[in-house]
Amino acid sequence: MPVYRADLHIHSVLSPCGDLEMSPARIVEAAVRKGLDIIAVTDHNHTGHSRLTREIGREQNVFVIYGVEVTTSEEVHCLSFFDTEEQLEDFQEYIDLHLPSVKNDIGLFGHQVIVDRKEQILEEIQHSLYPGIRQQITAVAETVHRLGGLFVPAHVDRRMNGIYNQLGFFPEDLDADAVEIFRNANRKDVLQTHPELKGYQLLKSSDAHFVEDIGRCTSLLEMEDLSFAEFEKALKGLEGRRVVQE
Amino acid sequence: MNTTVKDISEKLGLEVLCCSAQTDNMVKGGYVSDLLSDVMGNAAEGEIWITLQSHLNVVAIASLKELSAVVLVNGVQPDAPVIAKAEEEGIPILSGSGPAFEIVGKIYQILND
Repeated sequence: MPVYRADLHIHSVLSPCGDLEMSPARIVEAAVRKGLDIIAVTDHNHTGHSRLTREIGREQNVFVIYGVEVTTSEEVHCLSFFDTEEQLEDFQEYIDLHLPSVKNDIGLFGHQVIVDRKEQILEEIQHSLYPGIRQQITAVAETVHRLGGLFVPAHVDRRMNGIYNQLGFFPEDLDADAVEIFRNANRKDVLQTHPELKGYQLLKSSDAHFVEDIGRCTSLLEMEDLSFAEFEKALKGLEGRRVVQE
Repeated sequence: MNTTVKDISEKLGLEVLCCSAQTDNMVKGGYVSDLLSDVMGNAAEGEIWITLQSHLNVVAIASLKELSAVVLVNGVQPDAPVIAKAEEEGIPILSGSGPAFEIVGKIYQILND
């Protein structure tokens, strides 16, 4: 079965912490340079750059998965991936419904802008994308699944916003499709500390906020082709598709 | 009774890690939370924030909400970049070796005497 190099956790300039140079155009450019087959732009609580990134990715043979990094009420970061634009829009509506309204402070948190392919600013998001939405993690997972998406707790072993730090444990009733571990973590060590993760495919990504960090850490996916259906199987470890342990 | 950050640090024996000039800040109340989203949404200007979180965004949020100071519990010591940011934003950071329950209880008493 073919293998594909993926970086599934990248922040564009839309995320408050994303560098000003992280436009969809430059993200795809970097993906090409680093030989990535698959990427996902996963901004905090916003999907504003997904469409454009996919469009540009299509032109340059980079498979772009629609994604977002949602912050739950417990302040756990969770990656959510979707197949269609419709599913993505529905999830954005859900986020917007439950995101508290705090005005962003550019000086303290950074810019939250949507740009076009020429990097011209189209819109500035006024409310802060930093806080957690008023939904607990199990409710978020249920919603992602109801919409047909994939739910992946992010950097679970990281002190900041990792599920183990925020909750102290991995809820038994949490329906995760895969789990992302921190880029500097050792898979064996993580599984030793958290044996309950043995049933999951473990992903690693760059969590890039700067262009040069894209692809600094990746996952190798073994699947039949570049489609969301195959991607889903790889994340779930079904029918021989999987995340290759490197 | 008008209480300053300095009053609280002295009465509780808290270590002042930075911004000693701003320890003249008036303390208008207190807020206890380790969830930054909660503080962002609910803390009020002038409140003293008691928490065990010690990362950069703690300072950003304290600044955003114009809090009078941040008190770190359990003897938590923030990294140098956090102190630097606090200095930049003029937010005093105090550190106490005790647990939050005790520190909060004492601050509450001082503010309500």
